[in-house]
Amino acid sequence: MSASHPLELDSLYGDYPLDHAFDEMREAGGEVRQHYRALAETLARLPEEELQRRKQSADLSFLTQGITFTVYGRDEGTERIFPYDLLPRLVTAVEWDRIERGLTQRITALNLFLRDIYSDAKILNDRVMPSELVYSCKHYRRQMRGLQVPRNVYVAVVGSDLLRLNTGEFVVLEDNLRVPSGVSYMLTNRRVMKRTFPQLFSSYGVRPIEHYPQLLLATLRSLAPEGRPEPNIVLLTPGVFNSAYFEHTYLARQMGIDLVEGRDLVTHDNVVYMRTTDGLKRVDVIYRRVDDDFSDPLIFRADSSLGCSGLFNAYRAGNVTVTNAFGTGLADDKAVYAYVPAMIRYYLNEDAILPNVETYLLGEEKQRQHVLANLDKLVVKAVGESGGYGMLIGPHSTAKQREEFARQIEANPRNYIAQPTLDFSRAPCLIGNRLEPRHVDLRPYILFGDKVNIVPGGLTRVALEKGSLVVNSSQGGGSKDTWILE
Amino acid sequence: MLSRVADSLYWMSRYLERAENTTRQLDVTMGLMLDTGGASAETRWERLVASLGKPEGLEWNGDLESMSRNLVFDNLNHAAITFCINGARENARQVREEISTEQWQRLNRLFHQIHSPQALTQFSSSINDLLASVIDGIHLFKGVSDTTMIHGEGWQFIRLGRYLERAYATATLLEVHQPELLHPQEREHAGYQYLEMVGLLRCCTSFEAYCQVYTADVAPDRILEFLLLNHDFPHAIRYCVDSIRDAIDSIQRIGGRRPPVELAAAIGRLHAMLNFTTIEEILHGDTPAFLHTIREQCLRIHEMIYRYYVHYSIQSALAS
Repeated sequence: MSASHPLELDSLYGDYPLDHAFDEMREAGGEVRQHYRALAETLARLPEEELQRRKQSADLSFLTQGITFTVYGRDEGTERIFPYDLLPRLVTAVEWDRIERGLTQRITALNLFLRDIYSDAKILNDRVMPSELVYSCKHYRRQMRGLQVPRNVYVAVVGSDLLRLNTGEFVVLEDNLRVPSGVSYMLTNRRVMKRTFPQLFSSYGVRPIEHYPQLLLATLRSLAPEGRPEPNIVLLTPGVFNSAYFEHTYLARQMGIDLVEGRDLVTHDNVVYMRTTDGLKRVDVIYRRVDDDFSDPLIFRADSSLGCSGLFNAYRAGNVTVTNAFGTGLADDKAVYAYVPAMIRYYLNEDAILPNVETYLLGEEKQRQHVLANLDKLVVKAVGESGGYGMLIGPHSTAKQREEFARQIEANPRNYIAQPTLDFSRAPCLIGNRLEPRHVDLRPYILFGDKVNIVPGGLTRVALEKGSLVVNSSQGGGSKDTWILE
Repeated sequence: MLSRVADSLYWMSRYLERAENTTRQLDVTMGLMLDTGGASAETRWERLVASLGKPEGLEWNGDLESMSRNLVFDNLNHAAITFCINGARENARQVREEISTEQWQRLNRLFHQIHSPQALTQFSSSINDLLASVIDGIHLFKGVSDTTMIHGEGWQFIRLGRYLERAYATATLLEVHQPELLHPQEREHAGYQYLEMVGLLRCCTSFEAYCQVYTADVAPDRILEFLLLNHDFPHAIRYCVDSIRDAIDSIQRIGGRRPPVELAAAIGRLHAMLNFTTIEEILHGDTPAFLHTIREQCLRIHEMIYRYYVHYSIQSALAS
């Protein structure tokens, strides 16, 4: 069993370059890392047809389960299966321990930051970061000033994106503090993988993640308004046309709560109700999967019909908990991101366990000049965007695209940041019937109610296109199951 | 239960029932057309279209192949089988959290199956097999609905949709067929007449059940009696109405804050019509009007369901 089969494994490799990027499975010399050996041996032992058979059976399972996402801007075939890779990504217990501590520290600080900004703004008075940066952020919500948020929790549900650099070290690329998605893919990937590689899975001793919905429910319950011992908890979705609709239904079902749309809700005397077949029923906690802008036409965008009129006032009155709170997008602004290590020092008096990626703030003259002179080497991102939109990847860009971005940066420098083009790590994927390395990131999911809870795992997103650095599902990315080893 | 969810479950169920009805009627009609001695293909087609409630875009054009292809595959025609299956799936997709994974997978499989290239090939090679597989898919869905879902409010709305659609469709079918059935034309050969009557029963999957009650001695008045007044056979209108009443009672027991007085009255009227009437009375009276009243009452019940459970006014709900 334990004898290696180097020959068979070698024949499995397709185009498999080992260069300066960290390879999750293989060391620089090409030998398989210790914790990947059992996986490599299993692959080498499996006949090619058997691997393809398992792949097909997993495909079919995703299709009939209707695990799809919606691509915007197309009329037909708007539903697509979320592409995934059959091979798990392995993370050792030691690596995970660091990630877990680092994220706990980071989310604690970010939450303190939001609380501070929406109350006394001490961090600005102490000149740790510039006020203008905060107040010019388009996700800053003045309406939240002085509002008492239940248990002082602004961000109950977070998904932070990590990358592994060529040193083998994990860094945080960005935090998603608004409505992070993808957790349903983490859970369904796991179910499919357990069926695809049952023996391998059990021989590895993988830490379980299946209790995530239960933890999420407990988190939401812990945030219920005072005096509501049996809170009615609902998940608010923008509806069936949202790209993450599958996830909304999945989570609602797994938690056993109602999935509501804005049109199901009404407010009366600052209390939120939902329309049921038995009349109106009071709502206590809303797990919101609708962006701030669309949540309440009376306060935010007046042209939106996705939310519920009067929701914000009911929230302000303390009659309903809405989570994540409004205005949390401030803290995942990509320019504010640059200050997270400083926040950790300021609020917790600790050094950041997980470092940031070096970030240039284009609002500052010197940094901007440096970036403009080096656009072909850097990645430029719009600060308030997500999903891989509004991004320039210098080395893969044309001169025309760079000119366009330079113009936009000059016009609105606050709206952009730049980062070095990272050669983040690659993991082996099954491409055709050969193994080839593709770039991967890692998005663990963090819950924050009574305390911080992180299920051991996350969504490993894969840039399935060869050489691509973009892992977003809207841009041709896929995912793989992530096994955190005991 | 959320009103919107109840609405979706109700329509999911109605669409599937409609798809099944259309599939079965098309299957029976194609079968009857094999015997060329009876009514012409055109007559049969028009009768089929009338039984489906005279949807547009299905006028006889002489090309049976293309017309039946439309009735199966035309995603834009409201009577087409694919249109109904799409509708059912779209409604199910909006309440994914309410139905079981098994239900969703069954329905999803049916959807992918009817939209696959193989379905088109099968249509040309053996339409019967294709239609049979659609009905199989729907039956499987109903099976898992009954075995994997809590028999609570959502399930009752599914029942409500199914039986209301069925009662309405069966009443329409009988209304269209009753002139021929009760006053057959002289020239028609007894053998053809028999085929017609069996065809009518098959449209409601009730030939075998009929034989168990009346033996294979097929007679028009008995067919009407069976399809209208039998209270043990799920495709008989009386059974459907009993089930509608039962579903509403159950929904009322689960919630129960606002008694649906007028809805109960409308169902009660229909129930009384079918429970305290004999077939002789119906046949001696105005049969078409009787059938027509059933349809009207069904429509009224549908409106009441909306008024009580889905589109009620907020002000009245706050008051109660």
